[in-house]
Amino acid sequence: MSRYFTQDHEWIDVDGETGTVGISDYAQGQLGDIVFVEVPEDGKKLTKGDDAAVVESVKAASDVYSPVSGTVIEGNPALADDPALVNSDPEGEGWFYKITLSDPSELEALMDESAYEAFVAKL
Amino acid sequence: MSETIDSQAHSDDGYEEPAILPLPLDAWHRAKGGRMVEFAGYHMPVQYEGIMAEHLWTREAAGLFDVSHMGQLTFTGAGVVPALEALMPADIAGLAFNRARYSLLLDAEGGILDDLMLTRQAEDRVYMVVNGATKYDDIGHMIEQLPDDITLNLMEDHALLALQGPKAVDALARLIPGVADLVFMQAAAFEWQGHKLWISRSGYTGEDGFEISVPAEAAEALADVLVAQPEVKPIGLGARDSLRLEAGLPLYGHDLSPETTPVMADLGFALFKRRRETADFPGAARILKEREEGAATKRVGLLVEGRQPVREGAIVVDAAGKEIGHVTSGGFAPTVGAPIAMAYVPAALAVPGTRVQLQQRGKPHDATVAALPFVPHRYFRGVK
Repeated sequence: MSRYFTQDHEWIDVDGETGTVGISDYAQGQLGDIVFVEVPEDGKKLTKGDDAAVVESVKAASDVYSPVSGTVIEGNPALADDPALVNSDPEGEGWFYKITLSDPSELEALMDESAYEAFVAKL
Repeated sequence: MSETIDSQAHSDDGYEEPAILPLPLDAWHRAKGGRMVEFAGYHMPVQYEGIMAEHLWTREAAGLFDVSHMGQLTFTGAGVVPALEALMPADIAGLAFNRARYSLLLDAEGGILDDLMLTRQAEDRVYMVVNGATKYDDIGHMIEQLPDDITLNLMEDHALLALQGPKAVDALARLIPGVADLVFMQAAAFEWQGHKLWISRSGYTGEDGFEISVPAEAAEALADVLVAQPEVKPIGLGARDSLRLEAGLPLYGHDLSPETTPVMADLGFALFKRRRETADFPGAARILKEREEGAATKRVGLLVEGRQPVREGAIVVDAAGKEIGHVTSGGFAPTVGAPIAMAYVPAALAVPGTRVQLQQRGKPHDATVAALPFVPHRYFRGVK
């Protein structure tokens, strides 16, 4: 399984044709206390870069963009009752949605973990 | 991911400073781990450990806020009291020395130019604290309106700290004996380590607490000794905003503007009896008519259903989806445990319990008009 990152701080784990999407630890740290997450509905078709989810901290609302194109398999049901999972485990239990990739070649434009670390270090 | 609502949304109230200026505690905030953002033309800490934790700490212990961006002004000269009364609906003449009042700087039409706190320090001396984002506009307006023999001094050589929370009095009285004798909206001069302080028992959180005017050169030392008290942690502007929202206190540039009047803003308590009778403050005819007949729209509190915050910019709609009002502040309320907001709605809907529908980024939200404050005030009004 491989993990990729976007410049907008989303991550995607890819296993075959299935991807799991979330926001990075850096992103949750910037947002602060997360009080609400809206995840996409099952079956929703997304194009890379589409608004896929909304994450709201005490202070601000942010859009989460889909790092790839495809069809949503499921949103993380745990975030409705416990949005703070995105703070406590952003790159694990705090995932946003799973998606079937329609064009895996889109992954080539994303960063791997070390490239993302270097990217964040410069921010 | 991108922020659609800027965390610095409060930084721009139509006024832009050409350069970012450091405040007396700038380095202190950075050393304490404060996350600095631009606010009212300065770098200010939006948070330290996190808005939620800081908010809850202030409600149960005590929080130290740096509000040095606000404008501290003194007005001196013979006739300063009637001169200031000509600009606002306060009864300053009837105010005992060292008593503070909330008031509103009004334009000729009764629109609100700023909200402020004033304290009568002596017969011909008034101390005033105005909002940071509006202070230069306020000064310009007042210099134009006040007689030439009134002296206005902007106390740029002073920092302003607020110590807020139920344990604020314990922490401060340990350092500065005598402050516990003050009651809500009372102020006095004190001395600490040879520095003159002006301390008022007031604040912007709904909690008991103090606002401390301190010479800039002593601000760091005072902040250090305050946060060394076990009750006290430094608190950023993020929690200051969520605390005042829960306390039902309006924020200028958001809940108050030149488009709103004291009656629309539900700040009728700022219209003092003597001034209503003499009807000689700016916009008095319109404001007193609104007070009698009611204003067309009114500021209310809203309890928002669900968990998603509804923020400034959202609209209030009728059953047909037509815009009938707007949200001026909103967010997640840590003490309430739910999203809350303030909005202007038609007078007919401004009754607690009324259900209203909101719309934000095309999505509907249900809300109920709620009495303000959302969290009861706990001011210290003296031992009964």
